[in-house]
Amino acid sequence: MTTTLHRPEAVARTSGPRLADAFGEAVRKLHPRHQLRSPVMFVVWAGSLLVTAFAAIDPSVFTVAVALWLWLTVFFANLAEAVAEGRGKAQADSLRRTKADTPARKSTGEVVPGTELQVGDLVVVEAGEVIPGDGDVVEGIATVDESAITGESAPVIRESGGDRCAVTGGTTVLSDRIVVKITTRPGESFVDRMIALVEGARRQKTPNEIALTILLSTLTIIFLLAVVALQPFAIYSGGEQSVVVLTALLVCLIPTTIGALLSAIGIAGMDRLVRRNVLATSGRAVEAAGDVDALLLDKTGTITWGNRRATEFVPLAPASHEELVAAARLASLADDTPEGRSILELAGGPPATEHEKTGEFVPFTAQTRMSGIDLGDRVIRKGAASAFELTRTAREVVDGISARGGTPLVVAENGRVLGVIRLSDVVKPGMRERFAELRAMGIRTVMVTGDNPLTAKAIADEAGVDDFLAEARPEDKLALIRREQEGGRLVAMTGDGTNDAPALAQADVGVAMNTGTSAAKEAGNMVDLDSDPTKLIEIVEIGKQLLITRGALTTFSVANDLAKYFAILPAMFAAIYPALDRLNVMRLATPQSAILSAVIFNALIIVVLIPLALRGVRYRPSSASALLRRNLLVYGLGGVVTPFAGIWLIDLLVRLVPGIG
Amino acid sequence: MSPLVAGLVQVGIVFAALAVAYRPLGDHMARVFRAESHTKLEKAVYRFARIDPDAEQKWSTYAYGVLGFSFAGIVVLYLVQRVQSVLPFDFGRGNVQPGMAFNTAVSFVTNTNWQSYVPEAVLGHAVQMIGLTVQNFVSAAVGLAVATALVRGFTRSRTDRLGNFWVDLTRGTVRILLPIAFVGAIVLIAFGVTMSLKSGVDVDGQIVANAPVASQEAIKELGTNGGGVLNANSAHPFENPGEWTNLIEIFLILLVPVSLTRTFGRLVGDRKQGYVLLGVMGVIWTAMLAVIWTAEANGLRPLEGKELRFGVPGSAIFADATTGTSTGAVNSLHDSYTGLGGGAALLNMLFGEMTPGGVGTGLYSILVMAVIAMFLAGLMVGRTPEYLGKKLGRKEVTAAAVSILAMPAVLLAGAGVAAVLPSTRAALNNPGAHGLTEILYAYASASNNNGSAFAGITVTNDWFQSSLGLCMLFGRFVPIIAVLALAGSLAAQRKVPVTAGTLPTTGPLFASLLTGAVVLVAALTFVPALALGPIAEALQ
Repeated sequence: MTTTLHRPEAVARTSGPRLADAFGEAVRKLHPRHQLRSPVMFVVWAGSLLVTAFAAIDPSVFTVAVALWLWLTVFFANLAEAVAEGRGKAQADSLRRTKADTPARKSTGEVVPGTELQVGDLVVVEAGEVIPGDGDVVEGIATVDESAITGESAPVIRESGGDRCAVTGGTTVLSDRIVVKITTRPGESFVDRMIALVEGARRQKTPNEIALTILLSTLTIIFLLAVVALQPFAIYSGGEQSVVVLTALLVCLIPTTIGALLSAIGIAGMDRLVRRNVLATSGRAVEAAGDVDALLLDKTGTITWGNRRATEFVPLAPASHEELVAAARLASLADDTPEGRSILELAGGPPATEHEKTGEFVPFTAQTRMSGIDLGDRVIRKGAASAFELTRTAREVVDGISARGGTPLVVAENGRVLGVIRLSDVVKPGMRERFAELRAMGIRTVMVTGDNPLTAKAIADEAGVDDFLAEARPEDKLALIRREQEGGRLVAMTGDGTNDAPALAQADVGVAMNTGTSAAKEAGNMVDLDSDPTKLIEIVEIGKQLLITRGALTTFSVANDLAKYFAILPAMFAAIYPALDRLNVMRLATPQSAILSAVIFNALIIVVLIPLALRGVRYRPSSASALLRRNLLVYGLGGVVTPFAGIWLIDLLVRLVPGIG
Repeated sequence: MSPLVAGLVQVGIVFAALAVAYRPLGDHMARVFRAESHTKLEKAVYRFARIDPDAEQKWSTYAYGVLGFSFAGIVVLYLVQRVQSVLPFDFGRGNVQPGMAFNTAVSFVTNTNWQSYVPEAVLGHAVQMIGLTVQNFVSAAVGLAVATALVRGFTRSRTDRLGNFWVDLTRGTVRILLPIAFVGAIVLIAFGVTMSLKSGVDVDGQIVANAPVASQEAIKELGTNGGGVLNANSAHPFENPGEWTNLIEIFLILLVPVSLTRTFGRLVGDRKQGYVLLGVMGVIWTAMLAVIWTAEANGLRPLEGKELRFGVPGSAIFADATTGTSTGAVNSLHDSYTGLGGGAALLNMLFGEMTPGGVGTGLYSILVMAVIAMFLAGLMVGRTPEYLGKKLGRKEVTAAAVSILAMPAVLLAGAGVAAVLPSTRAALNNPGAHGLTEILYAYASASNNNGSAFAGITVTNDWFQSSLGLCMLFGRFVPIIAVLALAGSLAAQRKVPVTAGTLPTTGPLFASLLTGAVVLVAALTFVPALALGPIAEALQ
């Protein structure tokens, strides 16, 4: 599992003043220009206006109450969006704090505001100064405090050339002096784009959101027609209806629940991503993440620990197993490398005794290609096979280990070879399960490694990935992505190096590591601030959750209509056709109480569902059929049943109001 | 045999006959629309019409073809009626009035076959044979062509070509409809359906109107047209003499729409995809049959408005078949049905004619509904929705939405205005809820291109002639344009491979989802209107 680091500022959220802000914002959003963004809510807004006019002309408890609750429906929708935005705003503010306008000292000596930097400008940043914009280090090496962006307090090293040259605007240089070449224009950096995504006002609708809005608009038009046509039918039948009642019916029928929550769902989805320290440049990328068919994962660091660990002692006769283990332990006592520590772990045994501590540690050098310890007259060494003279048997063992993907480490005492330690690339725990989960979600995992095919296969089998790409060069990665995409598959990958950039750009979802180069970050459509490659899996889940929440609430919204018909139609027409009262299965008290209860339910359900919209529908990796069955049951069937209970309960209270009951 | 058992035997015979024909016909139709080569007859047609049969068309060109062909058909049919007096076999019936001629031309070209005229009093054999019968064939073939184009949208990838409308039209006519209708007509004649160029026949000293009935009767049912040569339609002994012809006609009505699901499965390369659609159609159709039958058998006067030779079951099966397929032929007076039974027939049309729907239209309509259902389902499984390997995005949803929106829009607009027009009162036989059902039924029939007449409403005034005519036009061509646009954007996409994450569209889960979508869309749209008509009637 990954640990999620929160930027410290982002932790406090939705506290008292935030909610007050949201209320104020919700009122401001009553402006028609804002309402036009959602066709469904615009109809409610227009309906509220209409009913208010009629309530003003001919006031009664009923008309005033309906007008009030229609306005509340609009208000609740605004509130949902405002709360989501408020949370996004907290994120945006903390992001924005990182880019407070810092003066930039150009290499020419000129000092300009950070916002006026152009791509290609060279700026000098010294210890204690804030880096004015995103860019690459072109000269020097420095320690940089990136906690403002990543929340990680340990400083990182940034140096010119190589894969650690990228710096982010807003981070602070702690030591030394670097020259940074600016790579993004002000206002277009990753942080800027992310702010635009979590702040509602500037948010663009994603493709899927647009498609859903079209569907919701279609439903709205259908219900508009159905309600408008109902009046002539009512007149024909001798029971003309008031505009107030017809508007109430219309608002209850159109999918207000999803219409009200749609934008909140989108903002909250982005927010969830930011809270996992992932910055996305577009909502489209997050939706695409839900569709990913194939996941390209680098072996090292993602699937395996990346360092080689001792996994087996192979003694060579006449030496015994114990002899080899003891020697290996001694040789590694003072070895601080990960390999050395892993040998100690595997060997077990007590910590170094006083006597053992007197030994002289011989460190590894490129010349000797071995390390070890001189303890009294014992000279114990471990090192690369090529550093020792080996018998044929020993040679076979060494070759066997190499062939199966391991690294052999020969152990010798006073020149006599005792045996071989097998170092293997160890798969992180829980990987197999994660890949099985992904498989259940329909996602194929492909491991990418520079290892030879044999080694790659061994690791691939152990980790349980579906496929692997061995001896991979960057262009092979790109070719693999293209090949997958030719077959119509969507591919996600992570990368950090400049040579990953083409593949990141080609992938449908390219997650660049924050530690990576700016080229990589520019090429991808997401940046993981924690630089944790396994986070791709979480990103996929967030993408799916976003779509599921939309679908589930749409289904719920439409399913609600059944109960509303049973509430409102008898209320409207039982006077002309008494038989229709048999449809009043909830036994609502009066026509007014029935209609008002349905309107109130319709408004309140929005408030009730705000937390769900913000949190997202629970997602557990499982087959598509199982997911659909579950969601249809919960939100479809639940959507049919809930309003019957809700409207009935509300009616029990509403009927007590004088002039209604 | 009790009426119940007799009825069940009839249902059994129809189902068995359909089961026998299902595979061969379905496979044949798939071959027809996939074939590379042209027959000699077809080549002659293409040469004559100067068509390059191997030039494939974009969706818009295909749509222009459909529209051009149909509007030309309307003009020709209108003119033929207007100059009837100079044509042979007119029996002095004179030229048809403009309003009625417009309505009839639109009605037959749109495969509606709504009849505001009394055939034996208004039309002669020439108009019937060179006008109406021709449209009975080609309007059905247009439906087949559009359905084929939509299926190609699913099967093809990364192309803007959907096939050639003229080729699909010709093949549908000469390779599918003509041969079956020919055999059908012969069989009907053998069972006593009349075929004569005389204007009438002397029956016990009384002159009864007669016509070349059998040749029209076969395609009337087979092409889900429904326009009778005689006013009493399939209740007339010349059109439908007995139980066997009744069953044959029901079989012919259901034959192509049902078998097309097999064709669909073959064309998309997964027969189960077709079976699941058949299952959805079958479940809804059978459920509606149960409702109509039960309602009628338990009505106050079960046999009112029904032919004694068909009885309640023979009438109920026919009513369910004709309203479920956009045929509109009738063998009983639906106006006399109970509130529930008549309401069920009405609802059958309000489903949007996809259970199993008209020739071609049923298939494309249910596919559009599947697109909508899969859009929601796709969201609920957390993927960009897809159906049959094609993503459902903005374009696809828009096209599907427009296609679904057209029918309720024109239906409710037309019926709404009609309900408050003072002239309507005079046109209705019944006041109150039943009267509203009569209005709704008329507009549902026109907007869904069904043509079934509830009767009980006189539709010859200018308002009805023109508004119903417009309902037929919009109800037919708006969905067709939208469906072809949908096909175009589907064909342009590359196919998404099936993975473990793909939602299967062959099992019972998808079937229930689609059934739910069909029923829910119709119910949510029309329940308010139905509440004041058949529901109020049925609850009384």
